[in-house]
Amino acid sequence: MARKIRVLVAKPGLDGHDRGARVIARALRDAGMEVVYTGLHQTPEQIVEAAIQEDVDVVGLSILSGAHMTLFPRVCELLKENDAGDIVVIGGGTIPEADVKTLKEGGWAAQLFTPGTTIETIVDWINANVKVN
Amino acid sequence: MLEVSKLIQGDKRTAAKIITLIENDEPGKHELLSQIYPYTGRAHVIGVTGAPGAGKSSLTDELIKQARKNNLKVGVIAVDPTSPISGGALLGDRIRMQEHALDKNVFIRSMGTRGCLGGLARATKDVIKVLDAYGCQVVLIETVGVGQSELDIMHYADTTLVVLTPEAGDHIQTIKAGIMEIADIFVVNKADLGNTKKMITDIEQMLDMSPRFKNGWRPPVLITSTLTQEGIAELWSTIGHHLASTSASGEHQEVVRKRLAMEVMEMVEENLRNALWNYFTVKNNLTELIDQLADRHTDPYSEAQKFVREISDKIFGKEH
Ligand code: B12
Ligand SMILES: Nc1nc2c(ncn2[C@@H]2O[C@H](COP(=O)(O)OP(=O)(O)OP(=O)(O)O)[C@@H](O)[C@H]2O)c(=O)[nH]1
Ligand SMILES: [Mg+2]
Repeated sequence: MARKIRVLVAKPGLDGHDRGARVIARALRDAGMEVVYTGLHQTPEQIVEAAIQEDVDVVGLSILSGAHMTLFPRVCELLKENDAGDIVVIGGGTIPEADVKTLKEGGWAAQLFTPGTTIETIVDWINANVKVN
Repeated sequence: MLEVSKLIQGDKRTAAKIITLIENDEPGKHELLSQIYPYTGRAHVIGVTGAPGAGKSSLTDELIKQARKNNLKVGVIAVDPTSPISGGALLGDRIRMQEHALDKNVFIRSMGTRGCLGGLARATKDVIKVLDAYGCQVVLIETVGVGQSELDIMHYADTTLVVLTPEAGDHIQTIKAGIMEIADIFVVNKADLGNTKKMITDIEQMLDMSPRFKNGWRPPVLITSTLTQEGIAELWSTIGHHLASTSASGEHQEVVRKRLAMEVMEMVEENLRNALWNYFTVKNNLTELIDQLADRHTDPYSEAQKFVREISDKIFGKEH
């Protein structure tokens, strides 16, 4: 059986904007991926635990609250602490250009997709950059 | 390198990686499973099935809580349908169980059906073994939302819960042919929403007419609400009672033995099918044969018969 890309889509923090996360979860399913959605108000610890148990290849964070500069680094640190630094971290939401640059350069996110990004762009990026096996 | 010893010691990442390997049918699967096998057979496997949206995930979450109150280590397998068109799946059962994410004694794994039609994923029975060997004393399995024919859970669970809701009353006639027959316990959930009396009467009447329950275990009908907690503690104790009672009567051991017979038979079938087909493709030039079939120079019936006769002559001798 062909290996499928498994993605965890998560909403960290108190942010209640879940439309984007749901849209992405459905779109990735329609692109043939297995998507675990964990719902709203997740702590970085919960997200990392779920990612390990579900053995996902990608963790996708959706953040429209402005807390991205703390949440992305925290999730990455916890993944590394749990010997799961190989999991690719991506995300989206309302993240200013300057912060996108800082997060990517700091290695806190492999790629970030801001409002208006097409689904196609996101799916293509995952397929091109996430190696399974 | 995946080590079974680490699984047995309760290493989470190893458990998760082994499950992935099994789910993807990767090389080494059978070797791993045969190493794992001696450590299995201990967990109480509880199936949670029922119509879409009946509250299976919410009840599973409640059962995790009950098991944890009793200090038991819990594994959960939550199955959601794989889209036959894209091959992808949206696995959302976990949303209702995330409060347990940080509990070291709870391991939750979501799976897509990946083309399997029985309400479970094909790898489910092997993943149960992984969680069993990982040390889970209770393994909860949530099936996809089922209609009538998704009955695989009956083969793997020691105790099967069929979850219904008060509003489902009108449909009981249509569903009783299918999942109604596999219940060890009926759960009428969302009791806070409506009158459960009609549903209970309907199920009890159906049970009165069923010859299967004359002796042995008669499935009780329980009322629950995950909103008000009504009936949850009773459900948990009834699940324990079911295993104790069927173990005392020997029914449980019989079911387990049948399950083992079926499992080895399925393994033989699967291995044999693969081996024979390999041999067939070695003996026949498949491209040529398909050309001949397409041109109607020969037919699949004769070709299959010819091949099988040749094989059975070899194995059993010509006189057979
Ligand atoms: C709709 C909306 C709401 C709805 C949310 C409904 C819902 N259930 O989602 C409601 C009305 C409830 C709401 C409330 C609030 N909102 Co509002 N809301 C918006 C709005 C207008 C659109 C968001 C949206 O749904 N977009 C559609 C989706 C599809 O787009 P998206 O999420 O951006 O996703 C895309 C990409 O970002 C990316 N992506 C997103 N997530 C992910 C994840 C992964 C893994 C990947 C790969 C990609 C990806 O891909 C998507 C496709 O391109 C935005 C403004 C804006 N232009 O973004 C404000 C906005 C997000 N809201 C804002 C605010 C302030 C609020 C409130 C605090 C207002 C208040 N004072 O009460 C509350 C807070 C609610 C809460 N509990 O968190 C601010 C946030 C400011 C900030 N970040 O600092 C914004 C930016 C408006 C603004 N300009 O001020 N909001
Ligand atoms: N009122 C009420 N709502 C409930 C109860 N149990 C679950 N629900 C709600 O019913 C909806 C479906 O619950 P789930 O637990 O996701 O049901 P499910 O059977 O797992 O659903 P699928 O996995 O999608 O088939 C949710 O909105 C729950 O909050 C209950 O006892 N009472
Ligand atoms: Mg569910």
